[in-house]
Amino acid sequence: MHNKSLSELSASLHNGEFSSVELTQHYLDRINAHNDNLNAFITVCDDRALEQARAADERLQQKTAGVLTGIPLAHKDIFCTKGVLTSSASKMLSNFISPYDATVVEKINAAGMVTLGKTNMDEFAMGSSNETSFFGAVKNPWDTSRVPGGSSGGSAAAMAARLAPIATGTDTGGSIRQPASLCNLTGLKPTYGRISRYGMIAFASSLDQAGPMANNAEDAAFLMNEMAGFDERDSTSIEHDVPDYTATLNDSLKGLRIGLPKEFFGEGLDPKVAETVEAAVKVYESLGASVKEITLPNSNLAVPTYYVVAPAECSSNLSRMDGVRFGHRCDDPKDLEDLYKRSRGEGFGNEVKRRIMTGTYALSAGYYDAYYLKAQQCRRLISDDFKQAFNDVDVIMGPTAPTTAFPLGDKTDDPVAMYLADIYTISTNLAGLPGMSIPAGFVEGLPVGLQIIGNFFEEAKLLNVAHRYQQETDWHQQTPDAFK
Amino acid sequence: MSLDKTDIEKIAHLARLSIDENDIPDYTRDLSNIFNLVEELSSADTSDITPMAHPFDPHQRLREDVVKESNQRELFQSVAPKTDAGVYLVPQVIE
Repeated sequence: MHNKSLSELSASLHNGEFSSVELTQHYLDRINAHNDNLNAFITVCDDRALEQARAADERLQQKTAGVLTGIPLAHKDIFCTKGVLTSSASKMLSNFISPYDATVVEKINAAGMVTLGKTNMDEFAMGSSNETSFFGAVKNPWDTSRVPGGSSGGSAAAMAARLAPIATGTDTGGSIRQPASLCNLTGLKPTYGRISRYGMIAFASSLDQAGPMANNAEDAAFLMNEMAGFDERDSTSIEHDVPDYTATLNDSLKGLRIGLPKEFFGEGLDPKVAETVEAAVKVYESLGASVKEITLPNSNLAVPTYYVVAPAECSSNLSRMDGVRFGHRCDDPKDLEDLYKRSRGEGFGNEVKRRIMTGTYALSAGYYDAYYLKAQQCRRLISDDFKQAFNDVDVIMGPTAPTTAFPLGDKTDDPVAMYLADIYTISTNLAGLPGMSIPAGFVEGLPVGLQIIGNFFEEAKLLNVAHRYQQETDWHQQTPDAFK
Repeated sequence: MSLDKTDIEKIAHLARLSIDENDIPDYTRDLSNIFNLVEELSSADTSDITPMAHPFDPHQRLREDVVKESNQRELFQSVAPKTDAGVYLVPQVIE
């Protein structure tokens, strides 16, 4: 059951080959067998999942089921889920039973999908290795001595180990695409504003975007159909038509113009990763695409710009965690300031504190122009590079991450080295563009991702480009031996 | 860019974060490294460049001022650390 695509699972559920309860139990059994080793889930929703599965089976019998009704899924623990612990992998929210559903959760529930549980992540999505979680590091199913990437590392590990047929993630600087790359998945970060942020615990509000983490582009397209759309409860949600993302998957790629930014193939990129990505691009040429070198001259500014903008926004967003209305509160506060300081000092981990302090300093009196304003200007330069590039090409391709999965603990003592793991993904968040990572091969047994970046609202094009490649290759079907 | 202990203590106070005295050297080193990375921005010529706060430079949407949400105070306060008779309790602020 756990090697089937969503459309195969849907067909089996609709023709009665197995029930949603049976399918859900199969995945719960796999989670119970493997989660101690991988630490992919913070919460497993056994009883609740079976209850949702029974309701889905009723809909299936009454012929009121949709295409995803009865299919299990895992949510990143950043999505508020009513009645379920929603911790964002922080001690601060380790007692937070959400009183409401995020829009994404509400829509997926309405589709009749079954929530298996909530996946581990970097604390408040701040990290690239899933090692900053209060609930401990997640391990990569391809090599359990290595990281799965982050911040959506729990969703990635759960998917790679076939503990869920599909999962949600969020991407502020690469947090869907980089773990997808390190775990051999198909991950899509849509255009900023495409999917509602309501009920998604905020990290950096001008960058955060939810998306699917899937085994293939077709599965991602099915989940996008449920996730995408305008939401009046999100003030930056975009009113833009939602296409059927599955309708154009098979479109021909003849004449597709691919741009390869020379800045994505320079120093810091593992040569074997570069070779793998170049081989993937050759497949596109054989499908009738043309390839040209392009330039994104301000790429070197992306990481430093991000490490002003994202911490600045996080320092503001996380000020709501104050020990008053929800979350962790210190014992015996002597006054209000002591309550704030100790609740926050005890509730946040080191990386979150570093980022709050970085943002606080960048926004403080006397430094605002030098850091925050300057970074916003550099953000415009980065965005304009893409606008220029998309005059000549339809999609941009390159590596998702500079290396394959690195060993656990390798970068935990050097925050700046960790930040560079997102060097190729951050610029699309700053520009607000959609980006994908798809499996493109292996280096020494570890997966390599091909990144595909599109113009605004071209998610359907990205999924089409990914799907056609997956018709020609079988990298996306590879599963680690221990989890077959 | 090099920050010192006093800077870190000031920043932590502004952020209302208690930090362990023993961790101050690490924060000093890490934040200095982060701001060294950020210094690379000074090489960019940004004269006449309009700051970009958001991918779509949107305007604030307006809506009709109508009641849509029902009162769920008890539900929302069920996750609060300390409440009494519908209010959130904190240490006494006014003598």
